[in-house]
Amino acid sequence: MNFTHVPGTNNKHKVTLYALSTCGWCRKTKELLDSQNVEYDYIYVDQCQGEERTRATAAVRELNPRGSFPTLKIDDEVVAGFDEERILELLA
Amino acid sequence: MSQTAKYPPEVNTLYERLKREAEAGGYTLNPDKEFTLSLVQGLIDNEKRFGYMACPCRLAYGEKDKDIDIICPCYYRDQDLEEFGACYCCLYVNEDWTSGRKPHKSIPDRRPPEFVLSGFSEPAASIETTGTSKSIGPLPYPVWRCKVCGYLAARNEPPGVCPVCKAKKDRFERFI
Repeated sequence: MNFTHVPGTNNKHKVTLYALSTCGWCRKTKELLDSQNVEYDYIYVDQCQGEERTRATAAVRELNPRGSFPTLKIDDEVVAGFDEERILELLA
Repeated sequence: MSQTAKYPPEVNTLYERLKREAEAGGYTLNPDKEFTLSLVQGLIDNEKRFGYMACPCRLAYGEKDKDIDIICPCYYRDQDLEEFGACYCCLYVNEDWTSGRKPHKSIPDRRPPEFVLSGFSEPAASIETTGTSKSIGPLPYPVWRCKVCGYLAARNEPPGVCPVCKAKKDRFERFI
């Protein structure tokens, strides 16, 4: 899958974000990661097509069976939806 | 740069229209204008992609029949406003939300999981239309129900646009 890499000085966790380009909560999640200078990879699933979209939605559902966005993976933990407190806790 | 200047004129135009229509129907747009404008931009993006304004916070199929329940305003908005003070994407909020009585965080999707996986399919897992009064007897006109806000209209055809929530004709169902 074609993830976009965002470099950051806070790189002690493996952070992957599955998002929608149109979603306000996904945007807030990105802004939170950016504000913490986190290094992460993200993909806009709504902008994926064909095979890549199938793979991306399958990956989301494996992490978050509801298939909702944002779905954020921090190391082995999954945060479904924008939950600032939980995200900051996992990034600590 | 002001909040509105960051967006093309079409976003501000739609924002003003949605705000006006929301207030006329007793609804409130999210007062966080920066957040709200970004959602309006998402609605416009989806309309350009699909031909209809699918919810910006849900993954649309791109087929109107499968996405009909998540075209904004979605079928789940009013229930979410009641329970959480905001709809799923948070474009619409109520006083519980603006006053801070309800937390400002994302909420679980009320859309049935089978719809999330395979798109809207009717009448499976009918959302909230149980208990209809089919036994009411013959009526001079059929009654049409807006599936977004519940508005009822007794006439031969459903309204072209719901006078309350502005949902279009194809989102009405025969109620009685």
